[in-house]
Parts: sequence; structure tokens; C-alpha cells
Amino acid sequence: MNSQSSVSLAELCKKIRLTLCEVSQQTKTPHLGSCLSSVELLAALYWQELNIDPLNPNKVERDYFALSKGHAASLLYTVLAYRGYFPVKDLYQHGKTGSPFEEHPGVNAPAGVELVAGSLAHALGQFTGMALSAKIKGLSNRFYVLMGDGELNEGTIWEAAMFAAGQKLNNLVAIVDFNKWQGTGRSKDIMHMEPLEDKWTAFGWHSIRVNGHDLSQITEALEEAKTITDKPIVIIADTIKGAGVSFMEDDNNWHYRIPTEDEVIKIAQELALT
Amino acid sequence: MRNAFAKCLLTLAIQDDDITLFYADIGNRLFNPLKEVAPERTINAGIAEANMASMAAGAAKMGLTPFIYTITPFTTARNFEQIKIDIAYQNLPVNIVGTGSGLSYANLGPTHHSFEDIALMRSLPNMVVLAPADSQELTALMPLVAKDKRPCYLRIGKKNEPVVHQETPTLVIGEAYVIQPGEKIAVLSTGTIFPVAQALVEQLNLQGINAELVSFHTIKPLDEKYLHAAQQKFERIITIEEHNVSGGFGSAVLEFYNEHQLAMPIHRFGIPDHFIDQVGSQADARKIAGLTVESILESLTKVLP
Repeated sequence: MNSQSSVSLAELCKKIRLTLCEVSQQTKTPHLGSCLSSVELLAALYWQELNIDPLNPNKVERDYFALSKGHAASLLYTVLAYRGYFPVKDLYQHGKTGSPFEEHPGVNAPAGVELVAGSLAHALGQFTGMALSAKIKGLSNRFYVLMGDGELNEGTIWEAAMFAAGQKLNNLVAIVDFNKWQGTGRSKDIMHMEPLEDKWTAFGWHSIRVNGHDLSQITEALEEAKTITDKPIVIIADTIKGAGVSFMEDDNNWHYRIPTEDEVIKIAQELALT
Repeated sequence: MRNAFAKCLLTLAIQDDDITLFYADIGNRLFNPLKEVAPERTINAGIAEANMASMAAGAAKMGLTPFIYTITPFTTARNFEQIKIDIAYQNLPVNIVGTGSGLSYANLGPTHHSFEDIALMRSLPNMVVLAPADSQELTALMPLVAKDKRPCYLRIGKKNEPVVHQETPTLVIGEAYVIQPGEKIAVLSTGTIFPVAQALVEQLNLQGINAELVSFHTIKPLDEKYLHAAQQKFERIITIEEHNVSGGFGSAVLEFYNEHQLAMPIHRFGIPDHFIDQVGSQADARKIAGLTVESILESLTKVLP
């Protein structure tokens, strides 16, 4: 684990945001809004929680992270780069022919990416199987899955949720990036979402609700998760799509839009990273 | 056949701590002996086949050797995308076992029929597709499947299928098994429809047409060596399967000869492209599908000398 103070981690989140926007602008990678809402969640995981070693990415006793909302791949790649898995400059190969940085993480993704993603709602089931297997084998790994709220539309999420609770998989932590938007609209207008915390509780999970941009709340929730002995844990993180960039916040156009060069300059100014 | 599966799995699970069964709430007492030996590795995944496939992929990632088991349509069609992405694309050694394949559950209606599963599974890169003719072939294949590191689909029957082999044969994945050599025609069968192929060969021989009888327990990878040799040796090939005549084993054979630009008359027998929606037994359903010796012989009369 690599502890880092909230202040410096908040600064790092700004750098990650700017890199995301620059990479998006230069490589025409969409889904910025989806990436920006999860920045603090991944920062807390990768710098304060996960037992990982970028120099030994396949160490057997590592904790596993799955980005189930695979369209936010750019965020995962950026976090892995800043965490030391590969140089940040490599990110600018995103989407280029032959590059490991596919728009959704594939089998040729760089070290540190544990699962392929793209088709939604595949990770929770796989991680449930992994968490169960760790129990069978007497291993102490922990398993963290980040999902979007739109993704909860998929029925397989709830199949896995019921199974994981039935097996008391306390080594499994689901995190919902609840940014209240999905591809084409407000998530609550498409399917009935709230009370989301109660929903997961009813499915047998230990539910925690946090502000998904508050690093200390996220960290506390991750700590609380480790104290639970008989249930899987879900952290419902209230977030803002496009968080951290004033003109992107809560504007669903940034699910697909690519920023212009001028907009990236503005973003750098906003983040005080010029 | 499902009893043979449970028995083989038990033997393997005793020998190997990584063998793990996920089943979708079927089997009743079938897996009780396994539960006694390895309760933590005998997992009822619930009536949630898509999640079962994903979980098995996860188990394989953690080094286990998972088998997933339920009635064929529910573990091939219902969870197809989980098999495609989580298992086949990630190239994980998950063994997908479909029981009651084809028309085994004829009397349960089209929800429980499966005659699209071979087409689905063989269309997936990395996937091995097996359809043993009887419990003995299944018994021969199970240890090979457990050791094989490729994703594998194992299409099996239900119970009380006729015995083809008096003893467990020695099989190799990807190699067709010639049961009775012949000279003029090759009858290639896959899966539990085999007794129909066997009876057909008997009839052909009675008519003075020397026919070879082959169990193609492996549909993918297809035994190309056999098919190349067959092209030199036989005047025509007959394929028989309890599967849609399009997209299955016969299609694979047809594609092989087409891809290699080899001339070979091929007569495919399978289920025509319509649902079997009339109540009846497996024998009734086979009659409707034209998968009887009489029906096949009648069709062949038009082309055979």
C-alpha cells in the first residue's frame, strides 16, 4: 500500500483530470464525463487502499480492481500510468493502431488491467467468482469492482449481488459511481434507481453511501468495508458526471464529446495546472 | 450420460483440488457424492446461468478448473455473451457442460430443446466443441477436458442413452474415432444420435454399400486430417447430428471441403429449420425432424446407386 495525504492526492486528481482531457483531445477518445466522475474513487483505491505493486503487477497476493464501466478505460489507463505501471507519455497512444490502449480494455491491455470490459455488467459476476475462489483456496486477496449507475440496469448485476450475499463474500467490494446519468438520459428517468443504498441492503449487502469526490469519505468507507465479516460491501458514491471541469459538470453531452484545444487550455487554467 | 458426467467429475475432483463444479440449481441428488467429498467446490450458482458463466471465468482466473453445468439451452444460448467475452475472449479454461442436448428433453418443449448450441459455440474463437456419442466416450473425454487449458463446450445427453462402446475407448480431442471402417461412403456422426448412424451403416451394408462409421466426438477443432483422407477414399459423406442442419457439424464439414476446394458430395442430416412444437417423446421428435434410419434412407435413395 502506498499512503498519500489527502492534500497531495487531491493535487494528483487534478493532474489526472488534465491528462484525461489532453489525451481525449489529442486522441479523440470519448467518455470524458464518465471518466471524470470516478477520479477520486480510483485515486483512493490506487494510492490508499489496494495491495498492489506496479513493479510486480501479477503478484499472487495482490488486491484486484475491475473497471466494469469499461468506457471509462481512459481513466484506468491514466491512473495506472501515474501509479507507475507505465510512462504517462504512453497514454497518448490511446486508440492508435496496434496500441495496448483500446477504447475498452482488451486482452492486450497493459499490465495492471485485470479484466476485459466494454459490454456492461460483466465484472461483478467474474469478481464474485474470483472472491469465492479465493475463499475456496484460503487466499486473502480482496476484490474491488467499479460500476456505473446506468450499468445497474443489467440483470446480471443482481444475479451476482444475490449470489455474493448468499456466500457472505466479505472480500468483495462493489463501488457504484452514481453520477445520475447514463448514455442518453437521467438514470432515474430510465429505470427506478433510488433508494439505491436500501436496494443493495435488501440484496444482503453492507451498504455505505459517500460523496464520491470526497477522498476522506471514500477512504473511510474502504476502511469500514474491511471490518465487515459476513457480507459483501457496496459503496454508493454520489458523484457528478464531468466533475472538476466547470463546463462539463452534469452535462451529459460530455459522454461522447471531445474537447477542443482551446477548451483544454481553459481546463488547465481551471485546474491551476498551466 | 449425466450420471457418467457426475461420476467422472467426482473421480477428477478427488485427484485434483482445483476441479470445481458450478451448477444452475439442477441435478437434484446427482452431485451428492461430490458434495460429500468437496462441499466447497460443489457450488449451486442458482437459477442464474449468465452469472454462473461469469463466475466460472473468475474461478478460472484464480487457478481453479471450473465446470459449469445445466440444461443445454440455458448454458449456451441464455448466457452466450458471458461465454463469448468472459470465457472465450479471455481464453480461460472453463468447461461448459450442456446436459439434455438436442431433443433429449423433447417432451419439455422448444424451451428445453437445443439445436443451435453447436452453431453458437463453434462460432467462438478459442472454443473446443465436443459431443460424445455415449457415456463411454464421455468418460474418455473428461480427463482430457480437465487437463486442457482451452475453453471447452461439452454437449451431452440426459440418461439411458444406448451404449455404443462396450469399454471406454482411447480418444484424442480433435481426432475422429472410426468405429467401423468402410470403403464407399463415410457416415460421420456427432453426439448421441450415434445409434441412428450405426443402424444406417448396417442398412447400407445390407444393401451392398460398404460404409464407414465414425464418431466425430470433436466438432472443433475439426479433424481435418481425417477429412482430407476421406476425400481420397470415399465417394460421398453423410453427416448426422441432432442439431439444426444449418450451422452445426454438417456445416463444419461442408465448410472444410469448400475452403479447401475439394470435391465431395455431402449429405447432411439434422433438424430442419423449424421448431419442433408438437408434444412427443425424443423418438417422436426425431421422426418429425426426419432423423430416423428410414427417413434418412429414403432421402438417400434418390442419390445412391
